[in-house]
Amino acid sequence: MSISNDEVRKAAHLARIWVPAEQLPVYAAELNAILALVERMNSVDTSQVLPLAHPVDASQRLRPDAVTETDQRRHFQAGAPLVQDGLYLVPKVIE
Amino acid sequence: MLDDTISQQAAALRRGDYSANELVTAYLTRIVARNGMLNAYLTVTEQAALDGARAADAALADGSAGPLTGIPIAHKDIFCTDGVRTSCASRMLDNFIAPYDATVVMRLAAAGAVVLGKTNMDEFAMGSSNETSFYGPVRNPWDSQRVPGGSSGGSAAAVAAGLCAAATGTDTGGSIRQPAALTGICGLKPTYGRVSRYGMIAFASSLDQGGPMARSAQDLALLLQAMAGFDPRDSTSIEREVPDYTAALGVSLQGLRIGLPREYFDAGLDPAVGDAVRAALAELERLGATLVDISLPHTHLSVPAYYVVAPAEASSNLARYDGVRYGYRCDNPADLQDLYQRSRSEGFGAEVKRRILIGTYVLSAGYYDAYYLKAQRVRRLIRNDFLEAFGQVDVIAGPTVPGPAFRLGERSNDPVAMYLSDIYTLAVNLAGLPGLSVPCGLVQGLPVGLQLIGRDFDEASLLNVAHRYQQVTDWHLRRPPEA
Repeated sequence: MSISNDEVRKAAHLARIWVPAEQLPVYAAELNAILALVERMNSVDTSQVLPLAHPVDASQRLRPDAVTETDQRRHFQAGAPLVQDGLYLVPKVIE
Repeated sequence: MLDDTISQQAAALRRGDYSANELVTAYLTRIVARNGMLNAYLTVTEQAALDGARAADAALADGSAGPLTGIPIAHKDIFCTDGVRTSCASRMLDNFIAPYDATVVMRLAAAGAVVLGKTNMDEFAMGSSNETSFYGPVRNPWDSQRVPGGSSGGSAAAVAAGLCAAATGTDTGGSIRQPAALTGICGLKPTYGRVSRYGMIAFASSLDQGGPMARSAQDLALLLQAMAGFDPRDSTSIEREVPDYTAALGVSLQGLRIGLPREYFDAGLDPAVGDAVRAALAELERLGATLVDISLPHTHLSVPAYYVVAPAEASSNLARYDGVRYGYRCDNPADLQDLYQRSRSEGFGAEVKRRILIGTYVLSAGYYDAYYLKAQRVRRLIRNDFLEAFGQVDVIAGPTVPGPAFRLGERSNDPVAMYLSDIYTLAVNLAGLPGLSVPCGLVQGLPVGLQLIGRDFDEASLLNVAHRYQQVTDWHLRRPPEA
């Protein structure tokens, strides 16, 4: 499989990263080199192999459904670019 | 005193040979003298360090000192530190003051360690050379024209150059072991789940693991003792008792079976590095260990599987950087989409963008099965190789890195060549196992490392083997020319 300039543009849009038109072939070439490396995985048949999602094969631990955190909104919002009345401010979107 | 190991410093502090204030001041002076060239620290918390030293001296005087009281350490800038900039070496978090401490930071502070500052790293821990930092590359103290390795290169260079007694690092594909090897220090990547990931900025959640970097295996044992253990705030932390790592040092190697994977000694290995590693293995044999030839047949698939799993998880984790709640925000965005896109495009560097794009691509509709699911299946084959090998042997050993430190810029334009720097370390992360790198020689005046890989949660065996090796060799005592 090889990735085209259009597919780079599509992935960049999904990732919300802007890639200038003149950079598309550069990214495509780099991503194709990485994908060529990745496709070496096709040298083995894994149809009978279970995927391993957790490295030591453990299942996700759950905690009791109880409130443990205190309200620290003001503290956490101190690092925000723009807030007002406890809300994050972002530009208007008018469709 | 700056050449002493942690255990030597702890003993000297208790004897009163020098005070914590004198020790911390000596490190701060050295940082001023050397950091300009090395670029190992991004932030030096001088006043907090001096305050910590004063508290340590009080604890030493009143008998309430802990195992690490007064020991000056540094944290990789990926660990959140309350009230201190935590940038992850990215423009995206250049203005981020962490509002809380990571569990690792809290636990080392509780053990008495004094924090000198935050160390440079590859941006969001993505890199094998420490050249992708927004704040410029770190230089290897053994040769300033060479890389220290990545992504914990700032921590490694700081320890190697004597700018701290020890440091924290994180290892997603070799980022503790690889820079440890290239700078001549010791580094331990614990078993996945052994050390809490709470407050450690996420790159690839199923691979990331924090761990200690120091000059000796004994020092690593002291640090791991403080860092390890269950943390209810990290859902991937594993509830399992933490053994006494220091007490486990000094066990005879008689009867220990060490497996040598033939795939780790292939044509890609620098012959001189191979000779140094074989000499170290011969030393372990003299200490009573038995060397066993083994095979890890899917080793060649670890780089391909890693470069699907890691970018896929990174693309998901880094979606949180959108310019809304914290971090970099572009100027005058036209609307919300523009805010997202420009903030991320201006805030992230080239390697981070490359990995987000590859991750987004392999997870996108139509490609998930072909790439991500395939990689997770290959991942099980890689883990099964290790489980099978551990049926025959107790520890696996080989080189940490194929060659010594390369020159700055040498691989910057060839991501695939860069990725192959981690060929012997990636599989350990995919399998979740513990791995340790210990200095075992010099090649062209540059350090090389011996990698030890253990069973799940058997860090004690790795620390013991490394400690026994360091009792009969002096590679860990060698210092860079100007340190």
